Amino acid sequence: MSPSTSNPTVVLHASGYDLPDDQRRLVRWTIYIGYFALAAGVAHGFAQGLSYAKIDILRFFPALRSYYQGLTAHGVANALFFTFAFSNAFLPLMTARALSRPMIKGFLQATLWTLVAANVMVIWSVTTNRASVLFTAYAPLQAHWAYYLGLVLLVVSTWIASAHLYVLLARWRRDNRGERIPLLAFISVLTYVMWDIASIGIAVSFVGFLLPWSLGILERTDPLLNRTLFWFTGHAIVYAWLLPAYISWYALVPRQTNGKLVSDPLTRVVFIMFLLLSIPTGFHHQYTDPGIATSFKAFHALLTFGVFYPSLATAFSVVAALEIGGRRNGGGGLLGWIRKLRWDDPSLTAQVLAMITFVFGGITGLINASYFVNQIVHNTAWIPGHFHMTVGSAVALTLMGVAYWAIPYLTQRKLWGRKLAVAQSWVYTVGVLIMARGLISGGLDGMPRRIFRAEANYGAESWELAGALTGIGGTLMTVGAVMFFLVIVMTIFFGKKGEGPKDIPFAETLIPASREGWDVKLDRIGLWTVAAVVLVLIAYAPFFLTYLPARLVSPGYTFF
Amino acid sequence: MRVHQYEKAFLWLGAIMLVVFMVALVITSVAASMHLPGRAGEVDPLTINSVEPFDNPGVREVAPGRYEVVLLASAWVFNPAEIRVPAGSEVTFLAAATDVIHGLHITGTRVNMMLIPGQISRNTYRFEEPGEHILVCHEYCGAGHHLMSGKVIVE
Ligand code: HEM
Ligand SMILES: [Cu+2]
Ligand SMILES: [Cu+2]
Repeated sequence: MSPSTSNPTVVLHASGYDLPDDQRRLVRWTIYIGYFALAAGVAHGFAQGLSYAKIDILRFFPALRSYYQGLTAHGVANALFFTFAFSNAFLPLMTARALSRPMIKGFLQATLWTLVAANVMVIWSVTTNRASVLFTAYAPLQAHWAYYLGLVLLVVSTWIASAHLYVLLARWRRDNRGERIPLLAFISVLTYVMWDIASIGIAVSFVGFLLPWSLGILERTDPLLNRTLFWFTGHAIVYAWLLPAYISWYALVPRQTNGKLVSDPLTRVVFIMFLLLSIPTGFHHQYTDPGIATSFKAFHALLTFGVFYPSLATAFSVVAALEIGGRRNGGGGLLGWIRKLRWDDPSLTAQVLAMITFVFGGITGLINASYFVNQIVHNTAWIPGHFHMTVGSAVALTLMGVAYWAIPYLTQRKLWGRKLAVAQSWVYTVGVLIMARGLISGGLDGMPRRIFRAEANYGAESWELAGALTGIGGTLMTVGAVMFFLVIVMTIFFGKKGEGPKDIPFAETLIPASREGWDVKLDRIGLWTVAAVVLVLIAYAPFFLTYLPARLVSPGYTFF
Repeated sequence: MRVHQYEKAFLWLGAIMLVVFMVALVITSVAASMHLPGRAGEVDPLTINSVEPFDNPGVREVAPGRYEVVLLASAWVFNPAEIRVPAGSEVTFLAAATDVIHGLHITGTRVNMMLIPGQISRNTYRFEEPGEHILVCHEYCGAGHHLMSGKVIVE
């Protein structure tokens, strides 16, 4: 097979796409909400890092009543609002671009305003200390109903965005019978199909139990059942954060390095595997929970190794794509191509560094998943050490990298401070590696997570160095984040007008989609969805059938 | 197409690696007889103080060299907060929460359990070496969470 020069497999029409101004504005504001959230989250992240170094700067945050109020804000803002606001904007844009048709304004408006309403409720309840229950919202700690309703609205906003994707795809299919779905649209839609199934867990928990319980309609609730429903969603949610980053790594990054996406069919297979395997693995977050049979836990453990597989395939594909680019740019030798990746491009730099941190994130994740080993690390500082190398950098840095072309594209202004932007992701990466080293080593020595360490009445000697590294790394990350915001804000207000990119960067493929043969069947999204639901039932029905009815044993507690 | 061959090799290697991991997992669970907490019974958190064995928390020797620790977690204390056992003893922990979710982690050991209102958590561990461990509540349980700890002293 020879690499074709222009092929339609990633997007339908390579040129001539014009994003209407009103849609541009709606997409932009949806993303801005995510950056506002990130800014709020990072501010308290700084305090958290220092707290592990036993430096308490919380007294300079007069509005905060406790460390845990801030930690709630950090988790909700970074892990929920930042990530999903981005996806709500990014996935429709990618889908529409891939199908080479405009988005639907009503859907964009509904997504944005639901997101705004969600924000208002969550911000109000968290800032008034009515919801210091952390982003996991484990009952029977009870938050104000506005917190639960706000988070439900966040989920609803993702459903509206999903409906938007499905309508776009359905209309395109109606007009293009028998055509292969352009790859970028396929993987974007599959991401939210997976998330829609996954989000049923927290929807049932919040709407069926926690919301009526916080309103006094239900007097008691079932802590284990709510926790299980949370983790039904809770493992898959990490893929809902990660897959938009993968979309960029597969379909956009190769273009930015002058490389090529390696294989269209393999990419589709990878996303199908995520759809199938992301959800039936949730018990790996409950290995140490009582009330769940160990046989169920073991089954989810095996599937967890399965869902690692598409990430391995991704590692191959994205590195191969980078290598092609590095070599085309003149890099020779075994590793010489690495130097030629276009390290002067901030968008590319951020995303390559994201991939590197993710190697460590993946390895530590595999360790968490390893059943008995989990008992050494569960709920220790190791865990935030692990996930700041996944969502906290692999995803966060990728979203920052995407911003370096997306904000200029959406505002039609030139990126301000290109060199600063390149330096930004290096600073953040060095910071996150130092912080993770601290948290991970402390965790191995039993240092717990979710602790106001600066004021804790116990500790071990080995936690001192671990905590200090956490503080130093966290500070560097904060500096890196501030540099990011500086670049973005300056671009929005002072970037040179009319000099933004005219189109999104999308890659060409080495092995394109074919019109006949086995891989045509990959496009049967409906079939894969049914298969995913069946797998979820196999993995979860035995638990629910042997457990229900709910044990409504716990009233709400609000001691925070 | 070279990429093709590398890709195949890589994907096979990955698959084999994961299968090895799965086998290792099965072997450790059968041969090394390690345990995760599982279903160990239920108890009403509001009346737990009058239900056996939680009406009498503490450390008991149930057979020579074998101990049972009945432990209650409430915001923000463990009862008992200090556990003493001789080195070499096998200790079974029976623990439960009376109000919100708490955690129970004994640093430097595999004893690591969630305590969820309504459920009984059980795990067994052999303390080989003399020494002191921290008993940590490692799940957020309210404003005093960082003050909730205890000690395990192996004599
Ligand atoms: C300046 C950057 C950041 C710093 C210094 C930082 C620091 C920390 C620290 C020290 C913790 C542990 C707190 C504890 O367990 O007591 C933590 C928790 C967490 N971080 Fe970050 N973080 C940063 C950015 C991010 C980003 C970008 C994300 C996700 C996109 C993120 C997601 C989380 C989550 C989900 C938690 C867990 C919250 C919980 O336990 O409820 N962080 N962070
Ligand atoms: Cu998980
Ligand atoms: Cu606690």
